[in-house]
Amino acid sequence: MSIAPVLHSVEVKAPPARAFELFTSHMGKWWPKGKTLAPNPHADIVMEPRPGGRWYERDAAGNERQWGKVLAWEPPGRVLLGWQLNGQWRYDPDFLTEVELSFAALAGGGTRVTLEHRNLERYGADAEEYAGKLRGGWPTFVGHFAQYTDNQT
Amino acid sequence: MTYASAALESLGALGDPTRRAIFERLAAQPSAVVDLARGLPVSRPAVSQHLKVLKEAGLVREISHGTRRIYSLDPRGIGAMRRWLDSHWTSALDAFRQFADEYPEQEPDR
Repeated sequence: MSIAPVLHSVEVKAPPARAFELFTSHMGKWWPKGKTLAPNPHADIVMEPRPGGRWYERDAAGNERQWGKVLAWEPPGRVLLGWQLNGQWRYDPDFLTEVELSFAALAGGGTRVTLEHRNLERYGADAEEYAGKLRGGWPTFVGHFAQYTDNQT
Repeated sequence: MTYASAALESLGALGDPTRRAIFERLAAQPSAVVDLARGLPVSRPAVSQHLKVLKEAGLVREISHGTRRIYSLDPRGIGAMRRWLDSHWTSALDAFRQFADEYPEQEPDR
């Protein structure tokens, strides 16, 4: 069974090359504060601009938390990321779901940015280990996230 | 129930190895209890009990085909995880749009 991917798009005024650049190299500036893995706020979120490059957050003290990796780097139209955060929001090199971003030119000069997060059924396969960890207490981040989702609804 | 806690409950139900095996079999093919029990080292009543837990966690659903009850995965269970991410990406992309649209065009990169 596969689960329908998460699919969203937004339109921005900048042309594709610019939108691509802002999305990938300025992620630390636009990513919502507090919606990251580490207890400290992120100082930057880095996507190393090449296939195989790491994707990670870094706090002001230089501590890093990896999110995943770059699978395909094709400016200005597409970037494919491996989101390697398991159900516990921990980096796991053996776990991977794909996040694909495409940047399509709009008639008015802007860009439609489309995000697809797929392979979500793999969270089912991750569940056993996840459940085992849960018995040792609720991870802080999940608590944070629950609070966040509560505020959304 | 929040999306997050629904997701946690769903995943917690999969902590048991037998339930996980049942879940995986149902992922491959919707099945009746008798078919599931045939391939597993547990009794039919035990399979039924596990199915009940999976059903309560929203991971498995049951459809009647004549006299047979066929079990299959319930997309809504794992859907909790999906909704979690859905809400997350919605706000992230929104933040990106706002940032990109307000970013000065002439400013040199980085």
